[in-house]
Amino acid sequence: MCRLFAITSETPVSPILALGALDVMREGHDGSGVGLFLRDLGGPFDDMKDAPILSGIFTKDGIKRLDSYMMNLGFMTKYKISFKLPKTTPEGVPRRDVYLIRAYEYPEEWEGRSFEELGRELMSIRLQLREMGQAQQDMIVFSFWPDVIMVKEIGDPLTVGKYLNLDREDLTARVIMAQGRQNTNYAINLYACHPFFLQGLSTMTNGENTAFVPIKEFLMSRGFPGYMGFQSDSEVFTHILHYTLASLGFGIEAYKHIITPLQGADLEDHPNAPLLKQLKQSCRRMIIDGPNCVIGSLPDHSLFMVQDRKKLRPGVVGGRPGQYAFSSEICGLDAVIPDRDKRNDFQPMHLDTAIVGPDRQEIRICRQTDPLPRQH
Amino acid sequence: MPSNRPITPSTLSIKDLPWQIHWNKDKCTLCGSCTAVCPVNAIELGVFRKRTVETALGIEGSASSVFKVYHGIRQRTDAAYACVGCAMCTQVCPNDAIMPYRSDEAPKLPYHINQGGQPRRRGGRRNVPGGILDQIKFLRISMLTDPALDAGRHEFEVRTLLGRVLPPEESLKHFNENGWVPPVREIYPLIIGSMSFGALSPPMWEGLQMGVAYLNEELKMPVRMCTGEGGCPPRLLRSRFLQYVILQIASGYFGWDEIIHAIPEMKVDPCAIEIKYGQGAKPGDGGLLMWNKVNQLIAAIRGVPVGVSLPSPPTHQTQYSIEESVAKMIQSMSMAWGFRVPVYPKISATSTALAVLNNLTRNGFAAGLAIDGEDGGTGAAYDVSMNSMGHPIASNIRDCYLNLAALGKQNEIPLFAGGGAGKTGNLAANAAALIMLGASGVQIGKYIMQAAAGCLGSETDRCNICNVGLCPKGITSQDPRLYRRLNPEDVAQRVVDVYLSFDTELKKIIAPLGRSTSLPIGMSDALGINDFNAAERLKIQYVI
Repeated sequence: MCRLFAITSETPVSPILALGALDVMREGHDGSGVGLFLRDLGGPFDDMKDAPILSGIFTKDGIKRLDSYMMNLGFMTKYKISFKLPKTTPEGVPRRDVYLIRAYEYPEEWEGRSFEELGRELMSIRLQLREMGQAQQDMIVFSFWPDVIMVKEIGDPLTVGKYLNLDREDLTARVIMAQGRQNTNYAINLYACHPFFLQGLSTMTNGENTAFVPIKEFLMSRGFPGYMGFQSDSEVFTHILHYTLASLGFGIEAYKHIITPLQGADLEDHPNAPLLKQLKQSCRRMIIDGPNCVIGSLPDHSLFMVQDRKKLRPGVVGGRPGQYAFSSEICGLDAVIPDRDKRNDFQPMHLDTAIVGPDRQEIRICRQTDPLPRQH
Repeated sequence: MPSNRPITPSTLSIKDLPWQIHWNKDKCTLCGSCTAVCPVNAIELGVFRKRTVETALGIEGSASSVFKVYHGIRQRTDAAYACVGCAMCTQVCPNDAIMPYRSDEAPKLPYHINQGGQPRRRGGRRNVPGGILDQIKFLRISMLTDPALDAGRHEFEVRTLLGRVLPPEESLKHFNENGWVPPVREIYPLIIGSMSFGALSPPMWEGLQMGVAYLNEELKMPVRMCTGEGGCPPRLLRSRFLQYVILQIASGYFGWDEIIHAIPEMKVDPCAIEIKYGQGAKPGDGGLLMWNKVNQLIAAIRGVPVGVSLPSPPTHQTQYSIEESVAKMIQSMSMAWGFRVPVYPKISATSTALAVLNNLTRNGFAAGLAIDGEDGGTGAAYDVSMNSMGHPIASNIRDCYLNLAALGKQNEIPLFAGGGAGKTGNLAANAAALIMLGASGVQIGKYIMQAAAGCLGSETDRCNICNVGLCPKGITSQDPRLYRRLNPEDVAQRVVDVYLSFDTELKKIIAPLGRSTSLPIGMSDALGINDFNAAERLKIQYVI
């Protein structure tokens, strides 16, 4: 199994905190890899919320190609984080030329474009870079989005964190998601490493997605270029979230109705039964058949956790106003927020979506049997 | 044999027949049950004359010949009376004195069965045992990466959809605007396929209906049954049980006068309407009910005279093209029930199935597509049609599914596969394989006759006399002397047994694959086969 940890905090925290939590839960993962997602950034990035940040791993040649590509598009580097790597790499971690985190200025001619337009462009640049990188094996691109940083690498999470010196002051965030373990179902590939990112949405998952192939086929035939990759069976959770929010126009409350629709009497008795029945039918190919625990981050800085219908994966949410954490195991939570009221810890069950909103004041539980919020 | 016995080209000996009756004189009580029960009069009372040579025990006296007469069973060798191997004689014999055995030599009967220029017609399936479905294995077992589920204790939702499902965005739009949403039925993925009232005997049909009603009302399993082309009994049309019935219309339109007139009096809508364009057992050939079976009851329900053969035309005579079929028939049938009932065509598997499917994708009223493969059964067809015409179901359903997936319509038009599921008894495995190849559900016909009523037919040409109404079990007979052998209550009981055991077996397949909350339609990563070419063709894993 892999282990997940996510934190949302009023004051920016270091990603090493999340890696520490993963380390506490190390009995539950094999330490084969790490993925980090940072949003609502602190430090120098706090003042450049709108600047798109490119995260990835590059060879020396890759950087050159990146620079000329971005230059041609008219992007100017605004700020970057440089990693000074020790001479020796830890065991199991490959030697890389450049770990890149770089904020850009939009090209001048992009001024006045809507956020939707920008979003489409940023995604298509990310996909283009990914394709270029895969062709020549010189670039790996994780995200290209304002206020978002991602780091992924093979190796033990805490060891990688220390190796990259992630404890630095200029790398902090108010929302952090961390996952420990590489994908084991398919070939080791950083694109298969959680969390996954698509147009401002990110999710990570514990568990195998047994309905992967039919879901993949369905998503691929939607005609949306961002539904690609599929190196991991868990990537589709991000895509389905995107589809639910962007194409169907629902809020996060509807996500569980898509991936794990209600059955039998629960469905019949639901206040939105006619809508949900129709949704269950038309979105049938996106039903996941768990067991999965999904943790995700939304553009409004909310964090959420959902379980599949079988609820066979561990997951707990706890904290105190101002700081909440989502963890696979309680020990991870204890390591990071020991001074919380543990009586308020919540383990989402098969009908729950646990959400901590941008205000970080409480855990909101959305039960699937509750009425859906009115659509606008 | 006397030297002057006339030998014609078609004179056969017992050795030339496919089945030979072995009869044991020592055990036989001469009760006559076997000759009475034989559906084809292959055996008759034989009077045999036998010489016994008796030698004297002493020196004196001489040997003598004694001529004795004994009575027994004689097998007829006339092509018209050849044993069909049903073994009803064995079943009724109180002393197990008689049994048919298959010839160890290639039978000569097939060369002579066309007496009078009439090619052989029969019921049953293509005479080829086995098939590719039995070779498909389920590989993707959840092991330590994920716990396999418990087939006995987990919550399962084994359901499929029959009806046109709108794409999510469009579905929401229609919902928000109170627009028309095509009717969709949530049903059990194993459907009793179209066997007509007429092809089946009254107790068989009644038994199936009772079993289906019990499964629905007592066990909450939404099992559906298709009528086939032969109308529907008037009382059923006007009862609430009609909701469990898929009404079929085919090129003969038999029974549809009655159905159309019953529409205003229907208490509930039927589950769906199936428009039959083809049948897997005899593709390109119409339905056939031979005169032997058209009695007064059948004639009344179908609206035809008594005692005439009822061959349906191979095509719907009012239609020239697929576009027309779709536009005319699907839409007018939808309209007849106020657009509340799904209407879908059924075709025989064919290399042109994709053309049909592509056309259906462009018509919003088409509720699905049923495809019947070459191993489908029939009540009556020409032997040549059954044995040589048709397309295997596996690759046909796979091609259609992948085509839908490429169009992004794999959730919109459900495919139903029929023809050969459970041919060797492995119904759950065959059905699961078809579902994972892309079928939304599976239709069975022959299997339910075998399992629920004890049909004796086989793919090695046993019995298969459904066409002439001589079914020794009373399943496909319209002769009360035969069909009273079948008790409808027993059939219903067996239908329930079959479905319950199928349900358990299906769960025993999908639970280890980690699936429980949605039917694993198109879950091709779970499938493997030890035939490289088949694996390539079906786009599944090759394993050895």
